[in-house]
Order: sequence, then C-alpha cells, then structure tokens
Amino acid sequence: MMLMRGNAACPGCPIPREIDALLEVTGQKTVLVVPASCTSVIMGDTNGMPSSVPVVHSAFAAAPAIASGIKAALNSKKEDATVVVWAGDGGTGDIGLASLSGAAERNEDIMYLCYDNEAYMNTGVQRSGLTPYGAWTTTTPEGKRERKKPIPQIVAEHGVPYVATASIAYIFDYQAKVKKAKEIQGFRYIHLLSPCPPGWRFDSSLTIRIAKLAVETGIWPLYEIEKGKFRLTSLSKTLIDKSKRKPVLEYLKLQGRFSKMTSEEVKKLQNEVDEFWEEIQKID
Amino acid sequence: MQHEYQYFPITVPGKGAGGQTGTWRFVRPVVNLNKCIGCRACWMFCPEATIHVIDGKVEVDYDYCKGCGICANVCPVKAILMEGEDQ
Repeated sequence: MMLMRGNAACPGCPIPREIDALLEVTGQKTVLVVPASCTSVIMGDTNGMPSSVPVVHSAFAAAPAIASGIKAALNSKKEDATVVVWAGDGGTGDIGLASLSGAAERNEDIMYLCYDNEAYMNTGVQRSGLTPYGAWTTTTPEGKRERKKPIPQIVAEHGVPYVATASIAYIFDYQAKVKKAKEIQGFRYIHLLSPCPPGWRFDSSLTIRIAKLAVETGIWPLYEIEKGKFRLTSLSKTLIDKSKRKPVLEYLKLQGRFSKMTSEEVKKLQNEVDEFWEEIQKID
Repeated sequence: MQHEYQYFPITVPGKGAGGQTGTWRFVRPVVNLNKCIGCRACWMFCPEATIHVIDGKVEVDYDYCKGCGICANVCPVKAILMEGEDQ
C-alpha cells in the first residue's frame, strides 16, 4: 500500500484508491505535485501524511510549472524519477489551463493526471468549466446551461506524445495507461473520471457503479491518443454500435445533481453523446 | 542565525493522518465467510485499503473502515452485508 489508510477523504471517495493505483505502477521513485484540490486536504492533514512518496503542494495555477522545475532539478542531479501532477478539474481546466498548456507546448517530461469530479467539490460544489450540461451545483441551482469543456482533446491538440482517458471502475485499463505513460518521454496526460458522492448527490456505496455506468452509457469513452493515433480501449471498443450503449438516463437517474433535468434536456444530452460517438467512428 | 523554534514544515508518512476514521462509520461491513469466494473485488475497489485477503478470505480493518459500502456493492455473491453500528 503506497497510500496509507486513515486519510481525510470522504467515505466513498475514489481518490485514495486512484492515487494508490497510480503509485503501484510508478513506484517509490515518484514525486507528486498537488495543486489546491480535495487531494490537498487528503495529503495535508495536520497529523501526518498518508502518502509514502514526496508530495509538493502548489498554488492553483502553478502545478505544471513547478513539476517542470522539479524534473529539471532531478535531471541535473541525474536522478531518475517520475514527476506526476495530480490535479483536480478546476486546477486543470479553469485556473491551471494556462500553465498546463505551457507545459504541454514545451513538451516537458512530466505526467499530468487530472481527476475530474466535475465541480469545485473541496470548497462546497461550485460549478467548474468541466461540469457537464444539466448538472446541479450551488452556483447553478437550476442546472448548468453550458457543455463540458473537452480538456483531453484540447491537450491532444498540442501534439503531446500521450493523452488518455480512464475510469476507476476499469482499474486495469487505468493502470495499463499509467504504465504506458511512464515509459514515454515527454508530456503525458491522463484524464480520470472520479465520481464524488457528496457533490454528485448519490449514496457512497454507488461510486464504482456510477463510474462503470459512465463508460457503459458512452458519456465517458475510454481512449488513448498515442503520437496522434487515436485508439479506443477496454469496454469502449465494443460501444461504437449505438445499440450496445445503455441510454444515458441510466447514468443520470442515479445522481441527485441531474434530478431537475427535463426529458427534453436528457434527449439533448443523449444526442450530444451520439454525435460524439459518430465522430469517433469517423476517426477510428 | 539558528533559533530554537526554527523547523522544517515536513510531515512524515503514517497511518491515520485523518485520525481514526473508523469512528466516522454509521454502518459496518460484515463478511459472511461461508459465501465469500475470494474473488478480491472488494479488496480491489476499497478506497481506503482496509480490506485484506488472508488465505483467500476477506478481513476488514475496522479501525479505519469509513463504512462507505462500496465493498458490499461490488461483491458478486453478496457475501458482505452492511449492518447498523447500533445493533
């Protein structure tokens, strides 16, 4: 166990397991850079630290820049270690987007992991750029009107060697992607969907089921883009045919944050998902 | 100049950084060892790493288990039941 038990994560939060699965692959020679997020609380409690690898806490907008500096320092000392940025969706897609884009453009030799819980959960569920259409947050009480920002595609457009999406329900697929990313030189980006029981308004026991449904309904396709080559992985390989995908309503109805969505809005979301898969079919 | 109160703000890794998180629990997972087939699904998905598999059977660390219920939900043979702490 690389991340020790008794940490401050909420019951049912998948973040400790996600970090543990990451560290199982990258090993003891890893440096984690954590910008302000839920993980800052999990890692930075006053009584101690659950992580057995070094953790550098950073300001919201600076994590990729700090990781670049750490990697340069390690290189000059001829130390071979993996530098991983472990950031939330706000620290990736909203506040940290400029420095993320900068590090991707310079093709820094770091791994960037975004765990996406689709709002600012740590400060009390405020909307972020990555909150999906129709979702309730405290700042969008009637549901968000705008669509989710496509960060994996934005990073892939920088021409970085490796971009992937992953899900905690498909843990072997996730670890295989981390393993592949570890071997590659240059900027590697992995986007993880991380269900949040208090913020998404569901019972803490359903975390894995909801993560699984996100993939099965096609809302969260699992893919990797290696040197510009797109490839679906794991269960998503079988979902190109529309009849194989479950209706998005099955994913939405388990979560209280979507309870105010009308049937028309659900239809709109379903259409968006179907259009996205048609585009995937063209690339594949 | 060295003062006595100067120190490096570094924490060391250890169990229970958030306290004894077992006290957060409302419901506790109870494993029916006759039903358990040792598939390790609960061990794989437990976010707290409080589940151990010893000789193919499951054991829960109740000092740190937060009682989220993920293990009961992912168990394919329903060998784990969530029981109220007051019982």
